[in-house]
Amino acid sequence: MNKSSTAGAPPRRTIEIVNASLKRRYARERRFRALGLTAVVLGVFFVVLLFADIIGKGHTAFQQTYVRLPVTFDAAVIDPSGTGDPEVLRQANYGALIRAALREAFPEVTERREIRALGAMISVGAPSHLRDQVLADRGLIGTTQEVWLLADDDIDMLVKGHIDRKLPESERRVNDQTLGWVERLESEGRVAKRFNTIFFTHGTSREPELAGIAGALAGSFYTLLLTLLFSFPIGVGAALYLEEFAPKNRWTDLIEVNINNLAAVPSIVFGLLGLAVFIGIFGVPRSTPLVAALVLTLMTLPTIIIASRAALKSVPPSIREAALGVGASPLQTQLHHVLPLAMPGMLTGSIIGMAQALGETAPLLMIGMIAFIVDIPSGFTSPSTVLPVQIFLWADSPERAFVERTSAAIMVLLAFLILMNLSAVLLRRRFERRW
Amino acid sequence: MRRSAITTAITVALAALSTQALARDSIWIAGSSTVFPFSTAVAETFGRESSFPTPKVESLGTGGGFKLFCSGVGVDKSDISNASRAMKRSEYEQCQANGVTEITEVKFGYDGIAIANSKGAPVIDLTLSELWLALAKDVPNEAGEFVANPYKKWSEINANLPDAAIEVLGPPPTSGTRDAFVELAMEGGCNQFDAVKALKESDQDTHKAVCHGVREDGAFVEAGENDNLIVQKLVANPNALGIFGYSFLDQNGDKIQGARIAGVEPTFETIADGSYPVSRSIYFYVKNAHVGTIPGIAEYVAEFTNEKAWGPDGYLADKGLISLPDEMRASVAAKAQALAPMDQPSK
Repeated sequence: MNKSSTAGAPPRRTIEIVNASLKRRYARERRFRALGLTAVVLGVFFVVLLFADIIGKGHTAFQQTYVRLPVTFDAAVIDPSGTGDPEVLRQANYGALIRAALREAFPEVTERREIRALGAMISVGAPSHLRDQVLADRGLIGTTQEVWLLADDDIDMLVKGHIDRKLPESERRVNDQTLGWVERLESEGRVAKRFNTIFFTHGTSREPELAGIAGALAGSFYTLLLTLLFSFPIGVGAALYLEEFAPKNRWTDLIEVNINNLAAVPSIVFGLLGLAVFIGIFGVPRSTPLVAALVLTLMTLPTIIIASRAALKSVPPSIREAALGVGASPLQTQLHHVLPLAMPGMLTGSIIGMAQALGETAPLLMIGMIAFIVDIPSGFTSPSTVLPVQIFLWADSPERAFVERTSAAIMVLLAFLILMNLSAVLLRRRFERRW
Repeated sequence: MRRSAITTAITVALAALSTQALARDSIWIAGSSTVFPFSTAVAETFGRESSFPTPKVESLGTGGGFKLFCSGVGVDKSDISNASRAMKRSEYEQCQANGVTEITEVKFGYDGIAIANSKGAPVIDLTLSELWLALAKDVPNEAGEFVANPYKKWSEINANLPDAAIEVLGPPPTSGTRDAFVELAMEGGCNQFDAVKALKESDQDTHKAVCHGVREDGAFVEAGENDNLIVQKLVANPNALGIFGYSFLDQNGDKIQGARIAGVEPTFETIADGSYPVSRSIYFYVKNAHVGTIPGIAEYVAEFTNEKAWGPDGYLADKGLISLPDEMRASVAAKAQALAPMDQPSK
């Protein structure tokens, strides 16, 4: 009975079941692909947005406004008694030369307040540049030269268009009078934007036009060099021992878990540890590349150990067996055969660890690196700051001109990071062997 | 090859450790982030114009600066502490206990806290009590009982205020600006209520909690320590108000405008003469025991207290410092340059 009632529908064959579900399965796959693609596109979009924002804000910082004025190197001001003594030349009042040049360019300005405003158009760093010129060439004394003088940051912002000239005077940082002077200088062709060498050769400054990243770059360089010197030998040694020599027991398991854990510890914790142990107990001087490197070593060690162990694991056992078979000692096997083959992977891991250390700020907050240090550090124990901390400090400065400098410093930092990651990729491509 | 590389590495590391500066030759200043812009400007000029090295200035916050300063005498302790409030009695006692006995206090100017909104929006005129009602966690109702802050719009507090949601961006509790805002503006506003006044006599702890409690229901947004970021957010959102140091208002006068507090606009003049209510004094403290040991401390103090630095036309005024009145500057400078030690603070 039952059978006859269903006889109308033929029995379903497997292929039909498959065919029926095929459409759904294809759709599911298309959805998955679309989602994946969306994720990638979204990621790329935000990266492009970030870069566009940073480069858009920062590219103007690579140029700096200068004002060309005829400066009379008056012997009566520079070296009244004609001694030619470098100390006298160094102490001379070069600011007076600039003020005299400005007075000459704007003879109608006579009131004391206005003269001050006139002088404020030129950076406070300009006199020392004149001094350097005179010290380099004594022949300048007594002559009148057309000199490009560094402009103040407000003038720089005005010339670059970051201060809107059409705004009413009360809302503008540069008043009408100064604006008039700048426009007159511009019409005479005395204002120009030139490549901002100061940005790459000077330490930081409270005057945006005099602020540079050389100090922070040098600090980052010393810190990374020491970090590499500390962490690479320790990291590779630890990996080699754990992977090749250590017995496999509960203790090594515990150590392995701890290393993996350390890789995930928030970096600020390493800063606190550095403050308590390195500064507090061992008395390592604060704010120096040495203490920063010690802290960053702790932070990058897990990365290097994990990468090095992975590299060692990928060396096939046949290499070890062959070396042992021809009579090499276990140490010789490792140092002569396994280590060279694993080295590219270890270096890649180290470079990525270093790139991480280069961009790190949080652990450095605790050990006195958030500091205003003008002098370019000269060694491992001179006070210094690092690039990301410099970015942090500039981002927090009220002066408008620091906005573009912050972005420019970020560009430099990103350039170094890209360079390091690229070299890691190239190293892997070039030397990695697959079995 | 490898051996020589390792030897070099070890030598370098040892050399670095052995040259560890036993005698520091540059001044070490640490403390408030509010004082940081002024201190660094003086340090830079001092380094440029004197024969001493440029001092190192750290931004640790007022409390962190005092902690380091009061931890003892020696090259591994700071020489000068920057502070956006006066040293507390407890900190002074800590100093004494650790052998930092003679401290010179230098009050060098004022800092106003501006409450500002975007230039496109109308200028807001607030009283301190309205500000407290808008931002407090608990406010008294008509019966004088404390209830969770019911105000959602400015116009609910005072019909003359704009009909917009209360949205204030301000610094987090770790910031000295926040401390000062809470002490000057919030406490000043809350003491104008009878219910709160009664509390002050009966229960000081509750009084403090009521006056200092900032609401956490989204009307007050902690916008981080970066004041530039607050300025950007204000420009993007004309209904929001922001709280930050006066120097940021001064630098961004084309984008934002200061709210009037009890009818007084925040300007150099009103902050200097004290008529603008949300302003505080800023200080630095010198460890006298280090003078003579670390070269240049006395000269740094002289540079800071020089008319060309802290005067009304000085370079610190360009950085947003509001100078002390003339007579006061003269007397503070005389005391500071003589390094006259301070007395124990009363609280």
